[in-house]
Amino acid sequence: MARKPVWGTIFRRLLGALPSLAGVVVVTFILTRALPGDPAAFFAGAAATPEAVEEVRKQLGLDKNLAQQFLRYLSELAHGDLGQSLTTGQPVSTELVNRLPASLELTLFGLLLAAVVAIPLGVLAATRRDSWIDHVSRLITTAGVSLPVFFTGLLLIYIFYFKLGWAPSPMGRLDPYASAPATVTGFFIIDSLLARDLGLLTASLKQLLLPAITMAIFVMAPLARMTRAAMLTALSSDYTRTTRAMGLSRYTVVYRYALRNALLPVVTTLGMVFSFMLGANVLVEKVFSWPGIGAYAIEALVASDYAPVQGFVLTMAILYVLLNLVIDVLYSIIDPRMAAQ
Amino acid sequence: MNAMFKHARYVLQENPLTLFAFGLFFFLVLLAAFGQVLAPYDPLASDTAVALQAPSLAHWFGTDQLGRDILSRVMTATRLDFAIALSAVALSFIIGSVLGCGAGFFGGGFERAVGRTADTIMAFPLFVLAMGIVAALGNSVANIVLATAVINLPFYIRVARTEASVLRNAEFIEAARLAGGGNARILALHIYPNILPPMMVQISLNMGWAILNAAGLSFIGLGVRPPTPEWGIMVAEGASYIITGEWWIALFPGAALMLAVFCFNLLGDGLRDLIDPRRRT
Repeated sequence: MARKPVWGTIFRRLLGALPSLAGVVVVTFILTRALPGDPAAFFAGAAATPEAVEEVRKQLGLDKNLAQQFLRYLSELAHGDLGQSLTTGQPVSTELVNRLPASLELTLFGLLLAAVVAIPLGVLAATRRDSWIDHVSRLITTAGVSLPVFFTGLLLIYIFYFKLGWAPSPMGRLDPYASAPATVTGFFIIDSLLARDLGLLTASLKQLLLPAITMAIFVMAPLARMTRAAMLTALSSDYTRTTRAMGLSRYTVVYRYALRNALLPVVTTLGMVFSFMLGANVLVEKVFSWPGIGAYAIEALVASDYAPVQGFVLTMAILYVLLNLVIDVLYSIIDPRMAAQ
Repeated sequence: MNAMFKHARYVLQENPLTLFAFGLFFFLVLLAAFGQVLAPYDPLASDTAVALQAPSLAHWFGTDQLGRDILSRVMTATRLDFAIALSAVALSFIIGSVLGCGAGFFGGGFERAVGRTADTIMAFPLFVLAMGIVAALGNSVANIVLATAVINLPFYIRVARTEASVLRNAEFIEAARLAGGGNARILALHIYPNILPPMMVQISLNMGWAILNAAGLSFIGLGVRPPTPEWGIMVAEGASYIITGEWWIALFPGAALMLAVFCFNLLGDGLRDLIDPRRRT
């Protein structure tokens, strides 16, 4: 049976993401204009004369009405202009682009770790329902989601860095004596592989492991729970009964038929999981001094430097909308019923 | 009512963790109420002579870098952490349930507007949106509450809307309408009370998450300011001492935080089994 083309579905999904994107842009615009006090006075600095404040107000376009300000904001966005950081004087967009790979590498690696543990755990819990493994997995996952990520991170640092000495010092992506691989993707793991530098690969993996485990512990819970629930539904379905009746082995029934169908609802929960992860990412970056966009936003927040924070919120939101889009597309590719519609 | 109790007993027997969660909950509520009075030391009194001491008989949880007693600080912080989470959840419950209930009942343009609002909030990674809100409105405890309320709002709206749109077509609503009840009366007396049980589940599942979010915000330096005892900020203060081995400064407030969240999550699961067994996962 030939698969129907999915391009139509993908295109529809792309259109469907537009309202979210518009909503995100409008909300971030409102957040930029809701700054405490007078933004012009703020950006002009504490020692500015009234004329200087007026000058800044003109520069920022704050003397215009709200609709004009919004249009200006849109055109700046279209040019990739997110303003300048007050503390570093650098454009926010370059800084974000430079730091984004670090955050992405951490988040994606954490998700990979979580999936590798959580999905088998969920399958085991479902196939041995109400056994001790089910109860243990329930306890672990509830505990995992109750652990504040920043606390898990500190705990892991204490055990694996201070007590056991297995992990390197929790300071950034590489120890200060190593130099970063030539930037191709910005992901140190991939870049060091491309440079065929095994020493660098292990060094960056070592730095990455603890923060990634911290993230993984946090998102394991929803993944394992969803896998368990979906597996239970799949295992009690008619098609599973049929495969059993046909005398197929337990392995084939569970992994070939039930799991493949159970993975669909798990993919849909990935959206929520990413929402958690992008938030947790900020905290984990602070704990491990990870030079990603979250750490950048926190530094700026503490210094009351708002442009980077706004740029960060917008970047994260756009990233999240795009991730959801990818998940939707993935879903329509793996579920033949969606393509048939 | 009798059947309800039987069911409750059955659920508690099936899942003894729920019973444990109820016990823990009462303990934490007592701590929030009387923690300040029962604390052995003044949570703000610093005494550099005993700074950075490991847990001992005099200081069960040790002392921090200023020699403040950590046990007293953890106990005192319970009230503030609960107050922040509770007011945030209450705020989003009230607004969310009313909006969602109206949306589900009336449908049409109002439902679309409310739904769009919820979708727009959900289009953000929620913790990041909370950071943005606090950054924009100003760094204060009130804004932490507001930000936490906003990011929780969609969940309440969705539950209330779904329940109300199902109830709208129920026969007892038709009967109430035939008896001469107007929209306002039906909403207030018949629909709203009936969406409360599923909302209760949502609340207790949400409380833990609200505490986590608020603590996360204060961990990155928003809202509560030192020297106020609050779990998130205490973990942040202890973070720099972890790599030199003074584990107790961060561990005990972190453990208290974890215990509170764990308690609410278990409670939420238990309540859900009690009220809506079909959604059990």
